[in-house]
Amino acid sequence: MHVTSPVRTPLVTGGKTYADVTEDICRQVEGKPTRAWMIAFAISFITLIYGTACLFWTWWEGLGVWGLNKTVGWAWDITNFVWWVGIGHAGTLISAILLLFRMKYRTSINRAAEAMTIFAVICAASFILMHMGRPWMAYWALPLPNTFGSLWVNFNSPLVWDVFAISTYFTVSLVFWYIGLVPDLATIRDRATSKVSRYIYGVFSLGWNGGAKTWARYEYISLILAGISTPLVLSVHTIVSFDFATSVIPGWHTTIFPPYFVAGAIFSGFAMVQNLMLVTRVVFKLEDYITFEHIESMNKIITLTGSIVGVAYITEFFIAWYSGVEYERYAFLNRMFGPYAWAYWAMMTCNVISPQLFWIRSVRRSIVWTFVLSVIVNIGMWFERFVIIVTSLHRDYLPSSWAMFSPTIFDISDYIFSFGLFFTLFLLFAKYLPVINMFEVKAVIKSSSEKLPASVSGVAKGERITNPTYNKNVE
Amino acid sequence: MADFHNSKFLVGIYDDDDVVLKAVKEVKDAGVRIHEVYTPFPIHGLDVALGHPRTRIGIAAFLFGLTGFLCMVALTLYTMKFDWPMIIGGKDPYSLPAYIPVMFEFTVLFTALGMVGTFLVSNGLGPTVKPLMFDLRSTDNKFVMAVDLSKNNLSESQITSVLRASGAAEVNVKQF
Repeated sequence: MHVTSPVRTPLVTGGKTYADVTEDICRQVEGKPTRAWMIAFAISFITLIYGTACLFWTWWEGLGVWGLNKTVGWAWDITNFVWWVGIGHAGTLISAILLLFRMKYRTSINRAAEAMTIFAVICAASFILMHMGRPWMAYWALPLPNTFGSLWVNFNSPLVWDVFAISTYFTVSLVFWYIGLVPDLATIRDRATSKVSRYIYGVFSLGWNGGAKTWARYEYISLILAGISTPLVLSVHTIVSFDFATSVIPGWHTTIFPPYFVAGAIFSGFAMVQNLMLVTRVVFKLEDYITFEHIESMNKIITLTGSIVGVAYITEFFIAWYSGVEYERYAFLNRMFGPYAWAYWAMMTCNVISPQLFWIRSVRRSIVWTFVLSVIVNIGMWFERFVIIVTSLHRDYLPSSWAMFSPTIFDISDYIFSFGLFFTLFLLFAKYLPVINMFEVKAVIKSSSEKLPASVSGVAKGERITNPTYNKNVE
Repeated sequence: MADFHNSKFLVGIYDDDDVVLKAVKEVKDAGVRIHEVYTPFPIHGLDVALGHPRTRIGIAAFLFGLTGFLCMVALTLYTMKFDWPMIIGGKDPYSLPAYIPVMFEFTVLFTALGMVGTFLVSNGLGPTVKPLMFDLRSTDNKFVMAVDLSKNNLSESQITSVLRASGAAEVNVKQF
């Protein structure tokens, strides 16, 4: 059963018992919001309100308030969309692919990473709605019968594939996350002291009681969900990259885009997970659950995917030269030495050079370095999308229509809106739901505890007498 | 959910997952029929030890996936080939490779939703369901074995001693 290599470092430190896990994770949910949380929430919410007002104005006036022009028809909107979708890749990757690979360190981070995924996809979807200009017409993207218009949607179009990919990804991620939450919600329900919270957590825990038959089926569907989510998560950014790759724009029309986008998505997603988890573990005192091992493991994935992205940049450049197509060559030379060269070199520095610092063990295990480099990675990944979109468009085939793009206050504010939305949702999640998957941590604690106690169930600690607060008889 | 009115249960409470897994075999060998074991996290092999049949939910998942796939095949065929064929670049309006992404997405979507729906229905889970809890600590740190007295020939005291001998820290009586 619990077979583990003695040389393997523990996943959870501090000699935690099962009851300790419940206590440590539920404390946040059951207690009053802390001052730090209140301040963070206030800032996020004010940002969201400001962003919503600007977004309303964008829709009221029309997309003319953005800095777009005839030549550069996509700029910050699609940059932000791709950036957020990319960030939204880490959660499902951690919970699905790492589950298939039996990477047990995922258990402490998968819950928060999945929540982050869902919120990031919501932010991404908001940019899709924004760039439509008339969001009340959004249902035209669905395959609805002819009475709604003159035609069906064109299934040859990658933009239609995108509608299906993003909505499926959002739905399946939400289901995966929620199903993972059910047993933990039941734990909170059974500990609840107030009627209101017992009712609310009772409704959402769906009457879960943890029977062996239920668990067996539960594990089975988790495995299948992981199995289908793995190709799904790879397909989503592949399809996002098709938005560009199936066009005939030099700089977009490349077959390397799908793997390169997927690697970049995982890269930025892990960086965002690092940023969120490094703060969460300190604020919620979860240092025993999210250890340096977790941080280091994620940094290794950042290094790997960052290097894949680096190789992709160089390959892309080589192929542009090797293709012999002068437009293709020009597009890439323009990226490097044209008026947006600063964005290109910012991307190269942030994405290719800076993550290489993670080869040094002390950097990989440093909280400050990890946090700073993760922010840099996400800045770099934003520039990657900006470079791909804007510098490929701004000098097209006809030199007389060459143009530059500069953002207006509404481009910037609508981006700020997404941050307000993201952090508001994440803070609500962190307060009202368990940020760490309790039952999965309990399942790995024995095989991985720092010093294996005689029994992790509490007997060794003299806790044989059951905890009186919830040793009440069921009505 | 089954009707447990006037059923009397003996509830053995265990402190450790390895102990409860061993106990299941011992209790069964002593001739006691176990109703179910409730645990805070999945224990591998527990369902096998209890003699639960292997779940067939995978078959349901496959059928849902197939349904999703066929739905999208039908939708693309109907819209792109029959109802309003669009000839782009002189090519066949039904270009299968272009529809693979949407077919894949629909397969995944139907599999996930259908399978999770089947799971909820087959386990009797839902927002209005009142959980059948033998001991509230079974979602925290205790491993709870429930024995239905009406379905056992042994007496209450005999079963109690079997549970105690198998390592139960407490044995309680529970009536619904």
